[in-house]
Amino acid sequence: MPFILRRLAFYVVAGWVALTANFFIPRAMPGNAVQAIMSKFPNLQPSAYRAIEAMLGVGHPGSLWHQYVSYLDDVAHFNFGTSVSEYPASVSSLLAQTIPWTLALVGTATVIAFAIGTGLGILAAWRHGGWLDRTLPGLMFLQAVPYFFLALILLEVLAVSLHLFPIGQGYSQTVIPGWNWPFISSAIYHSILPAFTIVITSVAGWMLQMRNVMVTTIGEDYVLAGQAKGLPVRRLVVSYAARNAFLPQLQGFGLALGFVVSGALIMEIVFSYPGIGLLLLSAVSSNDYPLMQAIFLVITFAVLLANLIVDLVIVAVDPRTRSREGAR
Amino acid sequence: MTDLSGRAAARAARAARAAQAGRPAPEPRGSQASPPGSPVLEIRDFSVAYRTPAGDVRAVDHVSIDLRAGEVVGLVGESGSGKSTLAYGAGRLLRPPALITSGQVRYCGRRTVSPADILRMTAEELQRLRWREIAIVFQSAMNALNPVLSVRGQLTDVIRAHLRVSRGEAHDRAARLLDLVGIPRARLRSYPHELSGGMRQRVMIAMALATEPEIVIMDEPTTALDVVVQRDILGQIAELRERLGFSILFITHDLSLLLEIADRIAVMYAGQMLEVGSAGVIQHGPAHPYTKGLLSSFPSLRGPRRELAGIPGSPPDLRHPPPGCPFLPRCGYGTDDCAKVPMTLAPVTGSVPGAGHVTACPFVGPGSPAMPVSAGTEEVAP
Amino acid sequence: MTVALPVTTEQPELSAPPRQLGRWRRLPVHAKVGAVLMGLFVLAAIIGPLVTPYDPSYQNPSPSLSMQPPSAAHLLGTTQSGQDVLSQLLVGIRLTLELALIVGVVATALSVIVGVTAAFLGGFWDEFLSLLSNVFLVIPALPLLIVLLGYLSQRGQTPTILVLSLLGWPWGARLVRAQTMAIRSRDFIAASRETGEKTWRILAFEIIPNQTGLIAASFVNTVLYAIGASVALAFIGVTDLSSWSLGTMLYWAQSQQALQLGAWWWFAPPGLAVALMGTALVLLNTGIDELGNPRLRDAAGAVPGGRRVRPTDPTPVLLAEPPRRSRLGGFLRAFSRSSLLDSDAAAGRPGGSWPGRPGGWRPGRPGDGENGGDLR
Repeated sequence: MPFILRRLAFYVVAGWVALTANFFIPRAMPGNAVQAIMSKFPNLQPSAYRAIEAMLGVGHPGSLWHQYVSYLDDVAHFNFGTSVSEYPASVSSLLAQTIPWTLALVGTATVIAFAIGTGLGILAAWRHGGWLDRTLPGLMFLQAVPYFFLALILLEVLAVSLHLFPIGQGYSQTVIPGWNWPFISSAIYHSILPAFTIVITSVAGWMLQMRNVMVTTIGEDYVLAGQAKGLPVRRLVVSYAARNAFLPQLQGFGLALGFVVSGALIMEIVFSYPGIGLLLLSAVSSNDYPLMQAIFLVITFAVLLANLIVDLVIVAVDPRTRSREGAR
Repeated sequence: MTDLSGRAAARAARAARAAQAGRPAPEPRGSQASPPGSPVLEIRDFSVAYRTPAGDVRAVDHVSIDLRAGEVVGLVGESGSGKSTLAYGAGRLLRPPALITSGQVRYCGRRTVSPADILRMTAEELQRLRWREIAIVFQSAMNALNPVLSVRGQLTDVIRAHLRVSRGEAHDRAARLLDLVGIPRARLRSYPHELSGGMRQRVMIAMALATEPEIVIMDEPTTALDVVVQRDILGQIAELRERLGFSILFITHDLSLLLEIADRIAVMYAGQMLEVGSAGVIQHGPAHPYTKGLLSSFPSLRGPRRELAGIPGSPPDLRHPPPGCPFLPRCGYGTDDCAKVPMTLAPVTGSVPGAGHVTACPFVGPGSPAMPVSAGTEEVAP
Repeated sequence: MTVALPVTTEQPELSAPPRQLGRWRRLPVHAKVGAVLMGLFVLAAIIGPLVTPYDPSYQNPSPSLSMQPPSAAHLLGTTQSGQDVLSQLLVGIRLTLELALIVGVVATALSVIVGVTAAFLGGFWDEFLSLLSNVFLVIPALPLLIVLLGYLSQRGQTPTILVLSLLGWPWGARLVRAQTMAIRSRDFIAASRETGEKTWRILAFEIIPNQTGLIAASFVNTVLYAIGASVALAFIGVTDLSSWSLGTMLYWAQSQQALQLGAWWWFAPPGLAVALMGTALVLLNTGIDELGNPRLRDAAGAVPGGRRVRPTDPTPVLLAEPPRRSRLGGFLRAFSRSSLLDSDAAAGRPGGSWPGRPGGWRPGRPGDGENGGDLR
């Protein structure tokens, strides 16, 4: 129990740091933001400067502490302000439209990649010199390839040249969004290529990591002891080696989530997939600061939540975390 | 005698039925109990090498040793002498880059029909042999126990791997094993990190005895424990041996310990066997200079005070073993002839024939004068 | 006195005398490939911009030169506005590599400082710095980078470098701290302390040199991260769009619909350059890892005969005769070049027997062999 509580406290602190950074950054360097918005609407009076400052929250009505508290209050109510690029849509409504797409795509693809990668890693560690080992250099190449580049290649080859898959978008323009089968099937069809990209690029990483952890674990005394006990190989691999190797692997998963999500967002841009990534692109190009900041917060909290879930899984799998003497 | 498996009871029942029917009691199959003193493990001319990019390391060099039914053989030597390599290699538990380059390891226990060479067994045969016949108690129980399995899980693992019992019976048996080593049954549900050092070691011992093996190899089982617990554990081991009748190969660097608990002692150095003899003979009449040096390296609680001599120098580099006797650079009796000695074990002059006291040093015996303190002097034993 | 037995002086020949294998030699093959590859890129970065055939920013408005596939005049084709892709690529490699290396140095230096400080000061500072590292590790870097850069008034190289370094040190710092604490508790440090060596000397001459492998791996990793992050940021358009980094090239390619228009020569070269640089670094890193962790190397390399082995296979045995029907027969062939085989097997040890085979070994009788007899 103390383990989970400590982790929870940590996530609260991390979340607070993110919130506070988000609060202070615009106040620390406001010049650019306001100028940028002013330049977009050339008909504005100079007096609008103040109004924009207020909208961005960078003006100085009331004390800093007062602003901070009302900021936190806003965040708690999912009030992220008004979007500049899609005026007058509220930021939270924009987010609400795009988050489900990203969640569905990136969430499932990442979990699938992790499962496959971990399984392959166990196999690769167990059979040295097998064909899996020979794929390692190729996998290392894949791991180094930025997600979006592979996306570009796959799009080029499979979609543009071979016309096997649609060239991006979330769903075909001819269907009506909603809970109907044509829409859902179109959505699935359109998400195959992006999901495939995510899986291919990240599988290599998980596999290499699991293989390395497994190799270290197999060298541990208790695996040798298990061998000396004449246990069947299956039991050795699963309960002695893999189950112990899985713990560092899970921790690595938690740590890598930030990178995975970031990479996936960029990849969404390549596919023009209607997720957060595309939103981010338009936010940046139009200097839509409220939107940019809100996306940062949302992504951060999503990653923190996912990490918490991973920690819960660790508690379930590792008995050392459950007892009072568990060393962490 | 603890009847862990219920076999004795079954046998008695069969005999009773046979008697009822007027038939002679049936002979249990293949259970010609090895007559005490007959060898259960015979290691002959055993060599192990490690292949490294910088050359082959001869960790064990043409070593032979026997283990007989019901006896305790102590294997003593410094770190790197090859004693652990010998024991693990005999069970083929060493991992690459280790390679067994010569020898035979014949096992003949109560349950085997006829002797079999471990080095020529297939993996499946080995799996059946392991633990059931030859069990190991590892040095560090914290490392040798699987951290994610409970004590009961690890015990039943090994029970069900070798015995055809139901899950309930396996649990039962596990509980009785804990009773055997004096651990409360509630600890079945504990995980290794929740146990104290002594308790963990006792769990290891219980695990080793789970399938009533013929041989238990103990690899420095008490080195990591404090003296009080050490005494405790050793007492437990002695008692269990009385009850269950297995043989022990006790590996340690602590000769003084072996003098108390071992029947016979084998002294190893730089991968070679230097001397083998009964504990009494080794203690009072050691033949090899190295053994003499070892004995003079620790004080005794009783007896007159004397100066501790120790053995200066360090073991040789096993990638380039020197010709002849590896102990030569550190031996007070060493001469040039020592470099030409074939390292064979021959009976010690003046020993009782049949006592089995052998040494690899043809020049020095129990009667030789005390070892000169400085190594490499020209003094030669008469 | 025991009689000396007839003596044979020769010992079985061991394999070749040991070579002092230098660090380079010991690197596995794929790490060397990585190093060479990286070297090529560094070379390109240094001399590339000096040999560009055209000015990368020069826009040629003539439509006949827009989006042309590779030709003799333009080895890698042209962009939408008639710029030479090859020139842009060469300049881009230098810019990207420059940035990544600087970030690598700064971030690694920071991580070493923080890690060692945390490990040495202990107590509150250790807790605080560790917490800081962990927080920055868990917060996703890219969105934060975007927000930070978005608000900065300039978006050139320097701010990018600063911002990337700011988020790049925690990963290495954790490792350095863990390693420092492990080394610190080792005896030779205590010995140095006892002899009165000053703390900074201990740090500089004993602790840090012991971590060179770790620091090297950390540096390589940081450079990898910097390349990926800077390219990603440029791709989104958050960094300075007037400088020709690889990411900027990709940004323009993307925004000008190069993909849909089939102008693969525009986005493939920069993307490949990034991918290859990344691969080179990953390979290098794996090599450094294997140098430091011998188990990984043994797993990859030292397998007898190179046959497929499972870790739980029984220890292989050199046999004078092949046993029946088992995998071990394969090992025999693999060892035909072994000197050990020649010496030992040639001596012809008699084979053992398995139950049932005639001519086997008889069980010893009590009294037999008690003398030791011929135990050879």
